[in-house]
Amino acid sequence: MVITLHLITSFIASGAFGIIFNAPKRTLLHCGIVGMLGWIAYIVLDFRMEAIFSTVAATFIVGVISQLFAKLFKKPVIIFSVSGIIPLVPGGLAYDAMRNFVVNEYNVAIQLAAQAFLISGSIAIGLVMSEVLNQLLHKIPLKMPIWKAKKLPK
Amino acid sequence: MKGAALEVEICLLAGKIMLQSGAETYRVEDTMIRMSNSLGLNGSHSYVTPTGIVFQPGEALPAKLIRIEERTTNLHKVSAVNDISRKLSSETISSEEAHQLLIQIDSSKNAYPLALQVAAAAIASGCFTIMFRGSLTDFIPGVLCGGLGFISYILLNQVFKIKFFAEFTASFLIGIMAILLVRVGVGVTMDKIIIGSVMPLVPGLLITNAVRDLMAGHLVSGLSRGAEAFLTAFAIGAGIAVVFSIL
Repeated sequence: MVITLHLITSFIASGAFGIIFNAPKRTLLHCGIVGMLGWIAYIVLDFRMEAIFSTVAATFIVGVISQLFAKLFKKPVIIFSVSGIIPLVPGGLAYDAMRNFVVNEYNVAIQLAAQAFLISGSIAIGLVMSEVLNQLLHKIPLKMPIWKAKKLPK
Repeated sequence: MKGAALEVEICLLAGKIMLQSGAETYRVEDTMIRMSNSLGLNGSHSYVTPTGIVFQPGEALPAKLIRIEERTTNLHKVSAVNDISRKLSSETISSEEAHQLLIQIDSSKNAYPLALQVAAAAIASGCFTIMFRGSLTDFIPGVLCGGLGFISYILLNQVFKIKFFAEFTASFLIGIMAILLVRVGVGVTMDKIIIGSVMPLVPGLLITNAVRDLMAGHLVSGLSRGAEAFLTAFAIGAGIAVVFSIL
């Protein structure tokens, strides 16, 4: 039940972000799907894993699906990945950090701020890893001698 | 090589549109070089920072500079310029057609009317409020605060042209509204409402672009985009902080 609610809300939120970012009309649905899958991966992993690991994994999924959609629809990757990572941005942590700064709880605030910073970094790592995977898939088959040998008999 | 004015113009216009619409630096450079190669200007160089583009067309022509003052997020334009670049390299359109299309894209407005964007921001805020484990009754307050914050951000940005001030005031208004709604009894968890409502203002695109630029070796662009993202995050945080310290 909770998961269904999260599926619906994250789909709508990511699609709505597509509208805010002026994404082309035809891609809004796909923006929603990318955001939904990323968020569900995060929620499921977050039950038993560290927030940082689940963020990296969720962003990696967002990145891979975005690359796939970009190939399929011949659009820049950024259209899909941006709406997908928005739910993963540590807005809540940054907010809590700021709140603690205001009430002079500097120790708690610094801890929260550091965590928010690390999570932003792990979003970037997830995206970069998906791009590395994409480039590997592009480059390896062409250079492997086995593949060339197979093609020769023709 | 003397008649290359149109080709140079095409490359510069494409770069300008992409950078103003929020494309990553490396994508802007890449597209400009691809376009110039398919237009016959071999050996071109482009140097892109968030605030300006330097373009050296070919080897014999003088370099050109464009200043970028305003940057928004308009993925529609990024995608349209990308299409033109593809068509140019597959030679399905001539350079004159490409130039006309680029001028059209440059003068076009947002893909969606303002009312729809505000509605989208409001609904997204409501959804985020639930996603961040707020209670179901917080959906309506989330929608109200998010819509108010986004529309005040857009209007203030249009009037004063200072992004920091617009973001600060918008998040301040969100904070006030959320506290009022909770005191009246419409909302329950104030924290979740505020977090959900500031999400449309959070610099998610800037943060990702900053790190991507850094990793791609564009150190100047990466650091300046990072600074922009930090400034935005600080503006939002400060707006909320002021609300807490006065109430």
